[in-house]
Amino acid sequence: MTLQQFMNEAISPWMRKEGPDSDIVLSSRIRLARNFVQVPFPIVANEEDELRIYDFMRERYEHVSFQDYEDFNFLSIGELSGVEKRVLVEKHLVSPHLIEKDQASAVLISKNEQVSIMINEEDHIRIQLYFPGFQLNQALEKAFELDDWLEENVDYAFDATRGYLTSCPTNVGTGMRASVMMHLPALVLTQQINRMIPAINQLGLVVRGIYGEGSEALGNVFQISNQITLGKTEEDIVADLESVVHQLIEHERRARERLLEQSGTRLEDRIYRAYGVLEHSRIIESKEAARCISDVRLGIDLDIIKHVQQHILNELMILIQPGFLQQYAKKSLTANERDVFRATLIRERIQLDK
Amino acid sequence: MKCQECQKRPATLHLKHVINGQKREHHVCEVCAKEKGYVSSPDEGYSLHHLLTGLFNFDSVPIESQGQGSNHLQSSRDLQCDKCGLTFSQFKRSGKFGCAQCYETFSSRLDPILRRVHSGNTKHHGKIPKRRGGHLHMKKQLASYKAELKALIEQEAFEEAAVLRDKIKQVEQGIRDQEAGDDA
Ligand SMILES: [Zn+2]
Ligand SMILES: [Zn+2]
Repeated sequence: MTLQQFMNEAISPWMRKEGPDSDIVLSSRIRLARNFVQVPFPIVANEEDELRIYDFMRERYEHVSFQDYEDFNFLSIGELSGVEKRVLVEKHLVSPHLIEKDQASAVLISKNEQVSIMINEEDHIRIQLYFPGFQLNQALEKAFELDDWLEENVDYAFDATRGYLTSCPTNVGTGMRASVMMHLPALVLTQQINRMIPAINQLGLVVRGIYGEGSEALGNVFQISNQITLGKTEEDIVADLESVVHQLIEHERRARERLLEQSGTRLEDRIYRAYGVLEHSRIIESKEAARCISDVRLGIDLDIIKHVQQHILNELMILIQPGFLQQYAKKSLTANERDVFRATLIRERIQLDK
Repeated sequence: MKCQECQKRPATLHLKHVINGQKREHHVCEVCAKEKGYVSSPDEGYSLHHLLTGLFNFDSVPIESQGQGSNHLQSSRDLQCDKCGLTFSQFKRSGKFGCAQCYETFSSRLDPILRRVHSGNTKHHGKIPKRRGGHLHMKKQLASYKAELKALIEQEAFEEAAVLRDKIKQVEQGIRDQEAGDDA
């Protein structure tokens, strides 16, 4: 398989579309946690109970379409290889928790991969909907429609006082997690982000690196999401998140301008060096790769690098992860082998845009 | 300023929560903020252990229910959900409920936990299921009317209470109609 073909399969089709503010906001996501009222939650459910949900979802929704989201593919986690499972996680289509359990867990994924519905994760179903760029409201609107559509056939666990009942009390109420993925290289470079994160936390929002471990944000990509799910309407939660994201966008843009004005040559040097590393290295660790990819993407957004496509960051950040590397290699790789393979894959990807 | 939880590290986070209309400030260090559940990451990042450490602290330092601490723990040990069999102590360990019924079973223990996790909130204000919504919406309204009625009677505002009583009858009839419709 050529790299082009591989990437066509590896990158979700919706990711190729541009959205509003997509120079900074990579994607917007709404996730809704829902449960069937009569069945115990997966944590205590026996296999028979879990299979009731699994079979119901498969019979009702496999190869069914919801609006433009065509042809739900039903993937049974127990039938997938280790690498296949890992790839689903790396594409953010399922959570790491879902692939840990083989018993009756599954996922429905729309053809364009914009919609995924996890089955028997911590809750019976978890609906996820992605939009490119900054489109939280659109994502919420669609997620509600999808939720109503599912509810036509499902009696949800819902209580007038507590709202949608979830296994974990941290999700009860709206059951909603709204989030955006943001590329914030200038705020990191100028060290402003460290001061901003505690302030954002105070507003009931959570900031974390989406790639990498703990608080480290590989590739300067951050996820901002709501922490509380109870006591506020979904619209208010989204509005609060939106206003913070707007401010972050403005700060990031201003920081980029200032960097360009005050240390333009230095910035250009950094960006071209990163490009050189990606174009020529033979061994590269994920950390260095992520840093260089972030720099190159900044170069593209600032019009310093002109011939490379903007979505290289979205693509490469996914492709350089262990699961994808091994899927492309069609065999399992040691850490050292992965570093070599990663460098090769990045070089080939850079060549595509020449 | 020292962290109010560990009294050791400097307080770097200053959090304001509005709980029941009262403003509360917390001054904590980043370590304690994460450990005690003042801040947390959503999704997989939220550690149940942290939630529960927070919960135990809440029980052992009862701000609202001083003097009831021992009772509180005593009775909670016996609580068990008759639908899924989960006990309250099991819940404390895992941080997860076993079924929808658990929310009813443990409702008397739930408010402090929810307040802690959701910045002081205990009640849902969002979406209502579309198909079953009308019904639930009316029940929600009925509950708030009844609370209002009780208050009016306590205030001896009998004229207003009479008006409200008529409204309650209407809503109750609406619910009966809807339920009859569901059966048909
Ligand atoms: Zn502390
Ligand atoms: Zn239960």
